[in-house]
Amino acid sequence: MSQLITTPRLVEAGTSNTSHIGKPTSRVEGPAKVTGTAKYSAEFNVPDMLYGYVVTSPITKGRITKINTEPVLALAGVVQIFSHENVPSLAWFDRSYKDDVAPGGSPFRPLHDNEIKFNMQPVALVVAETFEVARYAASVLEIEYAEDKFDTNIDLKRDEGHEPGSGKTGFMPPPPPRGNPNDALKNATHRIEGEYIHGAQHHNPMEMFATTVEYHPDGKITAYDKTQGVYNVQQYITKIFGLSKDQARVVNHYMGGGFGSGLRPQYQVFLAVLAALELKQSVRVSLTRQQMFSFGHRPHTLQYLKMGTNPDGTLAALHHHALHETSRFEEYTENVVNWSGMLYQCENVKLGYQVAELDVYTPLDMRAPGAATGSFGLEVAMDEMAYAAGIDPLDFRIRNYAEQDQNMKKPFSSKKLRECYHEGATRFGWDKRTPEPRSMREGNQLIGWGMAGGVWDASMQKAAAKATFTADGKLLVQSAAGENGTGTYTIMTQIAAETLGLPIEAVTFELGDTNMPEAPVQGGSWTAASVGSAVKNVCTDIGEKLLKLAQKMEGSPLKGASIDDVHFADGQIRLSANPSEAVVVRDILAASGEEKLEAETSAMPNLIKQQPYSMHSHNAVFAEVRVDEDLGTVHVTRVVNAVAAGRILNTKTARSQVLGSVVWGISMALMEETVMDHTFGRYMNHNYAEYHIPVNADIHDIDVIFVEEEDDKVNPLGVKGIGEVGMLGVAAAITNAVYHATGKRVRELPIYMDKLL
Amino acid sequence: MNSFTYTSATAVDAAVREKSTNSKAAFVAGGTNLLDLMKENVERPTRLIGLNKLSDLATIENNPEGGLRLGALATNADTAWHPEVEKRYPLLSQTILAGASPQLRNMATNGGNLMQRTRCYYFYDLATPCNKREPGSGCSALNGFNRIHAILGASEHCIATYPSDMAVALAALEATVRVSGPQGERTIAFADFHRLPGDHPEIDNTLETGELITALDLPAQGFEKNFTYLKLRDRTSYAFAVVSVAVGLELEGNVIKEARIALGGVAHKPWRVVAVEETLRGATATEDNFREAATALLRDAQGYGSNNFKIELAKRAVVRALKQATEMNQPLDANAFLNSNP
Amino acid sequence: MIQQPTNTAGGATSLPAPPSAGSVTLTINGVQRHMQLAPWTTLLDALREYADLTGTKKGCDHGQCGSCTVLVNGKRINSCLTLAVMQEGNEITTIEGLGQPESLSPLQQAFIDHDAFQCGYCTPGQICSAQGLLNEGRAHTEDEIRELMSGNICRCGAYVGILAAVKEVVDKQSEIVK
Repeated sequence: MSQLITTPRLVEAGTSNTSHIGKPTSRVEGPAKVTGTAKYSAEFNVPDMLYGYVVTSPITKGRITKINTEPVLALAGVVQIFSHENVPSLAWFDRSYKDDVAPGGSPFRPLHDNEIKFNMQPVALVVAETFEVARYAASVLEIEYAEDKFDTNIDLKRDEGHEPGSGKTGFMPPPPPRGNPNDALKNATHRIEGEYIHGAQHHNPMEMFATTVEYHPDGKITAYDKTQGVYNVQQYITKIFGLSKDQARVVNHYMGGGFGSGLRPQYQVFLAVLAALELKQSVRVSLTRQQMFSFGHRPHTLQYLKMGTNPDGTLAALHHHALHETSRFEEYTENVVNWSGMLYQCENVKLGYQVAELDVYTPLDMRAPGAATGSFGLEVAMDEMAYAAGIDPLDFRIRNYAEQDQNMKKPFSSKKLRECYHEGATRFGWDKRTPEPRSMREGNQLIGWGMAGGVWDASMQKAAAKATFTADGKLLVQSAAGENGTGTYTIMTQIAAETLGLPIEAVTFELGDTNMPEAPVQGGSWTAASVGSAVKNVCTDIGEKLLKLAQKMEGSPLKGASIDDVHFADGQIRLSANPSEAVVVRDILAASGEEKLEAETSAMPNLIKQQPYSMHSHNAVFAEVRVDEDLGTVHVTRVVNAVAAGRILNTKTARSQVLGSVVWGISMALMEETVMDHTFGRYMNHNYAEYHIPVNADIHDIDVIFVEEEDDKVNPLGVKGIGEVGMLGVAAAITNAVYHATGKRVRELPIYMDKLL
Repeated sequence: MNSFTYTSATAVDAAVREKSTNSKAAFVAGGTNLLDLMKENVERPTRLIGLNKLSDLATIENNPEGGLRLGALATNADTAWHPEVEKRYPLLSQTILAGASPQLRNMATNGGNLMQRTRCYYFYDLATPCNKREPGSGCSALNGFNRIHAILGASEHCIATYPSDMAVALAALEATVRVSGPQGERTIAFADFHRLPGDHPEIDNTLETGELITALDLPAQGFEKNFTYLKLRDRTSYAFAVVSVAVGLELEGNVIKEARIALGGVAHKPWRVVAVEETLRGATATEDNFREAATALLRDAQGYGSNNFKIELAKRAVVRALKQATEMNQPLDANAFLNSNP
Repeated sequence: MIQQPTNTAGGATSLPAPPSAGSVTLTINGVQRHMQLAPWTTLLDALREYADLTGTKKGCDHGQCGSCTVLVNGKRINSCLTLAVMQEGNEITTIEGLGQPESLSPLQQAFIDHDAFQCGYCTPGQICSAQGLLNEGRAHTEDEIRELMSGNICRCGAYVGILAAVKEVVDKQSEIVK
């Protein structure tokens, strides 16, 4: 399990004990997490707290006709039952319910009226003095429904898709066709086509959604909420409940996994705030694991691909069409097919993307939204195409390497996918592969090797940060970013410590609180770039202040130096031209008599610098599977994932992100699917026993390679983000390996043993 | 979860007496399935009788028949890793360790394992009809999502499977279930303990009102030389069997003296066909003979849509398990499943 | 018309009262705690909601994830599937009892060193489970550790690190035994 890690050298600082960026620093919040002292949303045990338990609809579409609350309210310990019958008048317009990342349409309003729009819709909140009484009371609440006909099956909506509007941030409608895709396909030397399918998938973070609302005596509230964006939740609840920002603080110090599920405020935060405000008492609402299947998910998606090659093995034509579900009330979109127009060089491309409305809840971004789906379809089709053309799948990709982004007609700000192919293949031993299917085996085990890859956006959002440097030499940096396992605490600490030349221990980074400067929602792989740049900027501001004060010190060697003439290292400000001329940072405040220095600033993408470029991260994945010849069981025994994602801030936590992504890809390929019974419009395997994700025994050797990329266009830190890119192509590489092992081409995930018998 | 009271039983007699006079009472030992189902509101006892203080029922000792007596309250983990079980009944050990998780095996008891209820999605979900949960309401699985459902011995009222691994080995080993009831003690042959759904899928087994499992008797024959438990599932561990096979063979050279084959994950009880085992007696241990036995075992199998594949899968699994038991090309320590898990 | 599925026969005018709380004594991390608990309180909820020991996590409440793993008399169990009243007289050890930030146990330190977690939510359960694995003494090879750590799901997918961390401590322990 060795790994090669190469990272760009950091600016001019040279080697010092306070050069932290790119180092495998252990997580600074590690001790809190391994001892259980890190507090998650349902763990703030505030005094006099009530418990809410959610009642969900057993029907998919229709109306509530009666709720019999009386006997339940008579139970000892039951405080109140909230339903559409007694919810106070709240904000009226849709826009008040729209959060920062909501798609187009009309957001679902919990307990708004008697209408049922999807199965497991929350219909009531029972509030009681203990969790157990609330749970019991919820189980005896009688509700009557009138049921209407519904549609939940995308298979029956193949002809009813439509092209969506661009209502959702980050959604790019596919570019218009280029070249002459129909004729080019017709005239191609070799052609393939096929339909690629995966079902719905639910994020299922380990921590279930929960909100603890602390009700303060002055009527203000603090909501400890499971979210990937405290500001997003704050604006959501303040708009709906007519609160001012200082009346509603939202906090999330630790999030037990998000993967996109916490991008939008979930209904438990609405319910908990509602109950707390109405009852003027603190309230906690936790969802159950079953209820974790009652909201957004990766949509069930049908993809159709057609490809053809020229005699020289270059791509003659590429058609990629995708159709997925959305709800009746919101138009969820993600970028599924666009990647196919930019990952390979091809002059004749036709991309299509449609959604169809069903009686389900609105889908929701889930790790590498769109790209995980699209890269599965595209990369399995590429494998089929390579076989049809008689070319090695890796060679085929290299022959069709895209030197520029043909969608945008722009060069890449940096792209080292070729190096990913090369280093990944070398590490994996791809050259020892025999190309024929079923040509490698060991006893009953058929062995297959497959590869694939992917591309993801390198983006940056506006973010702000605040820093306080105190006379004891400690630096506190704050930004309302999120930590859901991505390493935010650690990398921000590294950036801050390195910028001011401090040891890691001297820096504390705090996050996840609307009392701190604003940060974007934690998603899209943009936190390192966005919040990281803000942290660097604010620390640079502190540095300038320190320099000014240092220059006032008696006999200061820094007199007359500008911030560009000095650097911060080992607790000193040093003259870059003569590093032995230095001032000890800790002495500066003591000499000046100031107790602390403060700075607050923000960072924004430099659009002028970025505009000429297409900015993306890439990866190449190589997978080995073993398939039991008779029984059809599949084990992924080896994966090499080579990633080019700009500069890697922390090789330890970044590697973990990619390792986790590979586990997600294995999961997507082999086991993950939420199965709906369309008779009921209900997901039937809505629990952790029957919704399978890998366990320890499923995971074997995973090798992560980071390929060095220097990129000063994406952002000053040169980072591209690492949360999604590692997952791309993993499911496809495994699917391709299964074909190589068995000769069976599976085009529908997950690859259960049924499909290989 | 509904409202209930709890008492900790101090004697078997008293526990049995209380249970037999209160139809809403339930015994609880490990609690791993009962509490799960109570939180889903599927099980709704108003009285729980805790058994864990009945330490006499937690022992593992030799029985008069030359076999081993497994106390009903011995945990699955203590049973699987008991030196006598490992030595004399490695099939049982291997089978237990293929089930659930280390944590659950530390809680779940041998008696409780036999009382496990089906994992049918519809049984677990109050929003859908289920004859097992609510007799007469209908079977949603019959025309629904039935990938994990039965292919043998099902009825038009229920196609649920019984999920235990351990019981598959117990069926192959021809264990005896010892119970204590209001009328005193009695024994039930393992094959008679679980029942097929028929017209009454709500009844899982042949226990009478108030009866408590006190022990499982294993006969002397443990098939410790040639055995295997082959479990096929959707992930490598911590998942219920899609299909499983427990095999015990007694071989003389290449000739089969005695064969036991039990299937899990395919019916409302561990599935054995004694007549098929008899045809193997005296036959040579060849793949052809194994295939013939597998075909005969699955002759009456019926699929319901999503589970059609299990018929062919079960046949192949039987052949593989018989081969594996014959060749014993698997490590013999108690963790053998670690390496033989296909 | 469709009825909300309930715990009652339907049409009830009065419902069975919730059970009353009684005195329950639990020994948690060596400390006896006298608590007022009704029988329907699970050990997990007793720890999190009544004893303010929130290190033990609730990930599914049904024995399907392992986040709630604690040690009872040295053996690992799922605390969500046992009632607090059933655990009187037993020695319960939670993550808080294994080590504190300033005094980490070898497993806790190994989890940090090998980056054996990301979001941290399954981590206390993983560590308690690994402690149970050490106590059992049955897992030595990588394959054995993988299998016997499979009762703990990690959605972040930190299994490579978890394996490395547990293996390191298992190896150190067997050196001591030698």
